[in-house]
Amino acid sequence: MARVVVDVMLKPEILDPQGEAIVNALPRLGVTGVSSVRVGKRIEIEFDGEPDLDQAREIADKLLANPVIEDFTVRVEQEESVQP
Amino acid sequence: MTQQITLDSVEHAAATPEVVQPYAELGLREEEYLNIREILGRRPTQSELAMYSIMWSEHCSYKSSKVHLRQFAQKQPPSDRLLAGIGENAGVVRVSDTLAVTFKIESHNHPSFVEPHQGAATGVGGIVRDILAMGARPIAVMDPLRFGAPDHPDTRRVVTGVVAGISQYGNSLGLPNIGGEVVFDPCYQGNPLVNALCVGVLPVERLQRKAAAGVGNVVVLLGAKTGRDGIGGVSVLASATFDETSQQRRPSVQVGDPFTEKLLIEACLELYEANLVVGIQDLGGAGLTCALSETAAAAGTGMRIYLERVPLREPSMEPHEILASESQERMLLIVEPDKLETVLEVARKWGVLATALGEVTDTGRLVITWHGQTVVDVPPSSLADDGPVYNRPLQRPSDLALLEADRAETLPRPTTPEELRATVLRMAASPNLADKTWVTEQYDHYVMGNTVLAQPEDAGMLRLEDSGLGIALSCDGNGRYTRLDPYNGARLALAEAYRNVAVTGATPVAVTNCLNFGDPEDPAVMWQFAEAVRGLADGCAELGIPVTGGNVSFYNQTGSVAIHPTPIVGVLGVIDDVRTRVPMGFAESTDGHVVFLLGRTQLELSGGEWAWVTHGHLGGKPPAVDLAHERRLATLLSQARTRRLLSAAHDLSEGGLAQALTESTLRRGVGVRVSVPADLDAFTFLFSESTGRVLVSVPEERVAEFTALCDQHEVPHTRIGVVDASSGALTVEGQFTIPLDELRRAYSGTLPALFSGTTT
Repeated sequence: MARVVVDVMLKPEILDPQGEAIVNALPRLGVTGVSSVRVGKRIEIEFDGEPDLDQAREIADKLLANPVIEDFTVRVEQEESVQP
Repeated sequence: MTQQITLDSVEHAAATPEVVQPYAELGLREEEYLNIREILGRRPTQSELAMYSIMWSEHCSYKSSKVHLRQFAQKQPPSDRLLAGIGENAGVVRVSDTLAVTFKIESHNHPSFVEPHQGAATGVGGIVRDILAMGARPIAVMDPLRFGAPDHPDTRRVVTGVVAGISQYGNSLGLPNIGGEVVFDPCYQGNPLVNALCVGVLPVERLQRKAAAGVGNVVVLLGAKTGRDGIGGVSVLASATFDETSQQRRPSVQVGDPFTEKLLIEACLELYEANLVVGIQDLGGAGLTCALSETAAAAGTGMRIYLERVPLREPSMEPHEILASESQERMLLIVEPDKLETVLEVARKWGVLATALGEVTDTGRLVITWHGQTVVDVPPSSLADDGPVYNRPLQRPSDLALLEADRAETLPRPTTPEELRATVLRMAASPNLADKTWVTEQYDHYVMGNTVLAQPEDAGMLRLEDSGLGIALSCDGNGRYTRLDPYNGARLALAEAYRNVAVTGATPVAVTNCLNFGDPEDPAVMWQFAEAVRGLADGCAELGIPVTGGNVSFYNQTGSVAIHPTPIVGVLGVIDDVRTRVPMGFAESTDGHVVFLLGRTQLELSGGEWAWVTHGHLGGKPPAVDLAHERRLATLLSQARTRRLLSAAHDLSEGGLAQALTESTLRRGVGVRVSVPADLDAFTFLFSESTGRVLVSVPEERVAEFTALCDQHEVPHTRIGVVDASSGALTVEGQFTIPLDELRRAYSGTLPALFSGTTT
């Protein structure tokens, strides 16, 4: 299975209103002790053949992430984590 | 073991005068840096240097523009309506015995090129806080926008991002967007203009001041936590010219949160109502630095701030970063000590953070400490008021004489009915004249329920009271006219906005502006700026309405090429009863009404849309402007409105009469039949951009009364045709007929074709 996973997160210095909203909502669920939540997105890319990390990186830079305000990481997903 | 970095305290700075500081990288000149050392009697600390570099940047200090902007005050006509003017966060204008209105335009050009969505969104957020700081409830926004060539590969990114950003922030805040402009020109390719106007309303006695008065009063920071948003944004983003490397530098942009801003608005309004604040200032492009120094300088007091009390999003932030941070949705309050607990309670109620940072002192010094060590100790006025002022060299652009000589009136023109018909359709479909619904349908127009007129009407109109009292607003600018003649270009922008307000039947009362120009260190750009300011100040004096405030955006330049000088002028009007407003479009119910063209038509094509669309031409002198005529025209329109003589009125501007007829017929799908007056040829009649002209329709039985009123006000009027609902077409007698369906396809297809759907 040639699956590449791209994780996109807002850069650490950028405000994440969604994350802030979650932090503020947690006490209402009785959850305490959480100081920060950051929300990002995970993209799974299936390649027909061998996973191409360079190509995945290019896809992420040009399409999946907004590099002005977001960082991304690219990795090949391991076999064992594909099968739950 | 990690190495302990020494905090650059005042004590440390005094002991280490030899330390080399990066003032040039922060945008300060050597003489400016030496001036700072002289003011302080030592080298500035890191935090102080950051503060001076921010406050002495072009963006905050107006160092290049100040000497010219003085004319707005010097030439200001007397007005009994003006409650607050230039120098405040926004101008405030009295509209009745009890109500006042405040309005202002600001630019967010550079951030919107780097990150269009967030840049435009935070532009809206910023101007809304300016209005809030005056004590007003923000009630509407408008956005004059300029983009590069519509078919350039990068334009789509900017257009879709900016429009989405404005709608995301404005719609989330629950503010109607009631007008604006969308103009495309290659000169804005690397420098789109995103100007944002906000208007607010307040009871006269609720007007707020920014002065940090009252020794012992508490300085409170209200709103969002402080993070590393747009650090250095002011001095780096707003003062550095874009070049190839700026895309790589990827400065840290601010991200806003409209829902926090909404809470901030409600919290502030409750504080005002309960009389809980002495002074208030929004935190804009220069963050705490600007708010602290301006409030202290305005009151002539001092301040003692404990910087470690600022709530941080990132605990590792250093003092100079906290002072420079542009985190959004924050306000600075000055509160009497015995009211502090109530203020904190109100903030808690709205779920907004409020923190006492320190207090007002009588020392005349702004003293900021960081965990017990003094990192800033400066006279606040040296930051806010005593920045450098430059009388920069001016030089008429060397290409202007050639440009002026290349008149559009010499270009080959269509003559046959077929050619004229095709030209009407081609013009209606051109990106600058085409239907802007694709943009404006992304904005909320009617939220809050007080919008009376919104795009595509000439001006936006809002109801303020059940009595029907309302305001009308329009903002306009024409970079091509201003490129050809900056003095008259600014007067033309003013005349256009003034007339757009007048055609609705409202009376224009005040002016705001946003002056978008290139690099002020280029004498040709500075000449354009000086001429435009002189033109606008003279124009306001001639029209008898004051400039209440505004904003200057320099360095709109890519490499050595500046944008067309683009002063955007906003005019505010008052109408006693919005139910008597005059719409722009013909209606079924006005079938048979007589159509008049007011004003005089001459062959004026230079700088116009026809020359650009059909020949790609820019040259000659822009149309003549006669402000005395504009004044008479406005009085006529207001009186005709009161006497209910008008069933429609629409301003003529870019594209001339052909475009005005297109817009007035397509507004409600009702046709018109006009004929070319004997003294004009069909082309001049349809496409000249002579100013001071308005298309109106009048019920047949009121025609005599209307023409008598025109004569009384010395406004030339020409009967050109009738509203013809059954025809379903735009007909020019003896020339051509265009069915409205065909006209609409041309007019409405352009923007969706350019920007809708997926990227190809």
